[in-house]
Amino acid sequence: MTDQIRDDAADTTKGTPVHTLEVRNLHVQVETEGGPREILRGVDLTVRSGETHALMGPNGSGKSTLAYAIAGRPGYTVTAGDVLLDGADLLGLSVDERARAGLFLAMQYPVEVPGVTVSNFLRTSVGAVRGEAPPLREWMKEMRAAFDRIGMDPGFAQRNVNEGFSGGEKKRHEILQAELLRPKIAVLDETDSGLDVDALKVVSEGVNRLQTNGQTGVILITHYTRILRYVTPDFVHVFVNGRIVAEGGPELSDELEGEGYEKYTKVGAAS
Amino acid sequence: MSTLTTEPVREREVVVTGVDARPARVRSNNPDDFAVPHGREEEWRFTPLRRLHGLHDSAPASGHWNITHSAPAGASVDVFSDTNDINSRFVASDRASARAFAGRERTIVVTINAEAELAEPIRVRVDSKGVAFGHVVVRSGAHSRAMVIVDYAGTAQAAVNVETVVGDGAELTYVEVHDQESAAVHLGELRTFVGRDAHFRGASIMIGGDVVRLLPTVEYDGPGGSAELLGVLLAGPGQHHEARTFIDHSTPHCTSDVAYKAVLHGAGAHTVWVGDVYVRHTATDIDTYELNRNLLLDDGPRADSVPNLELETGQVRRAGHASVTGKLDADQLFYLQSRGITEVEARHLVVRGFFADIVGRIGDDPLAERVAQAVEQALAETPTT
Repeated sequence: MTDQIRDDAADTTKGTPVHTLEVRNLHVQVETEGGPREILRGVDLTVRSGETHALMGPNGSGKSTLAYAIAGRPGYTVTAGDVLLDGADLLGLSVDERARAGLFLAMQYPVEVPGVTVSNFLRTSVGAVRGEAPPLREWMKEMRAAFDRIGMDPGFAQRNVNEGFSGGEKKRHEILQAELLRPKIAVLDETDSGLDVDALKVVSEGVNRLQTNGQTGVILITHYTRILRYVTPDFVHVFVNGRIVAEGGPELSDELEGEGYEKYTKVGAAS
Repeated sequence: MSTLTTEPVREREVVVTGVDARPARVRSNNPDDFAVPHGREEEWRFTPLRRLHGLHDSAPASGHWNITHSAPAGASVDVFSDTNDINSRFVASDRASARAFAGRERTIVVTINAEAELAEPIRVRVDSKGVAFGHVVVRSGAHSRAMVIVDYAGTAQAAVNVETVVGDGAELTYVEVHDQESAAVHLGELRTFVGRDAHFRGASIMIGGDVVRLLPTVEYDGPGGSAELLGVLLAGPGQHHEARTFIDHSTPHCTSDVAYKAVLHGAGAHTVWVGDVYVRHTATDIDTYELNRNLLLDDGPRADSVPNLELETGQVRRAGHASVTGKLDADQLFYLQSRGITEVEARHLVVRGFFADIVGRIGDDPLAERVAQAVEQALAETPTT
């Protein structure tokens, strides 16, 4: 089904979106030692393919919880609200079904999987998301090109998933996966953290490619403005205390860089 | 300087350390020198004696044997059905082993010529039934390179000892595959003598049987030898797989590396790894490490893990061990599933990956495929969440 849509999407300008993620009044609680605790307290967010949304907020504001809840991580319980992808309910789907529906989560802490090579992992994953494993010869070419684009040695293909990778290599590997999987919506959770300037540029270029191909809507979760020197968001959302408290264009991130989150955390505390 | 390293311990862990790695054990090939074990002895305390059909007591040999083998140029396999003189160095350390040696019905002698580099593994298949006592001798000549794979099938209650002599400068891989019928019992004491500057790699693969209990032991005939003892254990409902490894370091500049991994599933599945390392005062500049990892696929099984390290000298390069027992890592499964991979396939990837390093070190593709198939079957029998 998707080939036709993807062809359309490639020609589409930002004004005419193809895919839409809608988060409506999302409430999420997580299990803690002291019992369940509500982390998200009514999140509303709409992201269309080709758009980049920066979701900015201080540590502990619930940004990663939003990412995990959308992806379906066990332990994150949605108590109210909806998440829809192109109008279809995501919350009723398993983690892998959400990924096959077109959702991608670049993780803040990519997980090591001993004994599973990157090559095997990527081909299995691409095969699952595209519905069939790509023919081996074409796949090798495609994979090599993906490693090239993200500035990783193709030798990584024979290493075990994330095992012994530096922080920067793990983040590059996440963006590499996003590019291979061509998601409708990519949630990038703190992909910029722990990167040196060179890696930050390479990763940012990858994010920009996702955005400019018109197929992918990007939610960029960060608490620094650093990556926004290389990736220009269409929208900036300020996330405090489990909800979005302010929204604007790129100018909002400039304001945050100058003034920090203080005025919003005070508002959050007062409400 | 000696360094002791231990990795963090996780759930359902049983670790006892500080026990003497080598209690003064009786060694003899006369069964009557050993009392009939009753189950409370240290070396039998994990073993279900009632399921051994008297192998450890006085069940008479009555084996039916079907032994097939193939060897490439540079090596030979001979099978004898008498207790002829085999110039043995074997001395048993328990009653079952002594009974098997004294009453051996078949002796399989594998000979690898000096300086031979074998193009193919030597393959021996042993299919037996009844109470079967056997003996295997592997002698590799100086500077030879070879792999020997002994594959056990059938329904026997078998006790088969192995003595392996690795010639100076030789490289030898000896693999035992236990993929017997579900009623089978197998006991074996595997004694290896590693020559000067030789390398030995011993691997135990336990998939089938009701009870499989192996005692792999390594001794060094000269300085500079190195040994790996590897284990792949896949225990399903009711199965008991036990390995008691013993590395006896007595000569300088040697290394030993023990790595046993087990995957368990189903009620009553039980694996045991007891890893003894003894470093005598003469064994200076040695490097020894032991690793045991156990992966429990559900709440039914039990894994016992007991590393014991005894040092008579502090003049060693490294001496350490690690033991971890746990369940499938939820973060790994989430990560794989978040890439569109189904839960079933994610579990396959993680469990096959769990064994990948050991299987890779053994280095035989058909064996790797058999382990993969066994994993597949184990997972098919284990419900997903």
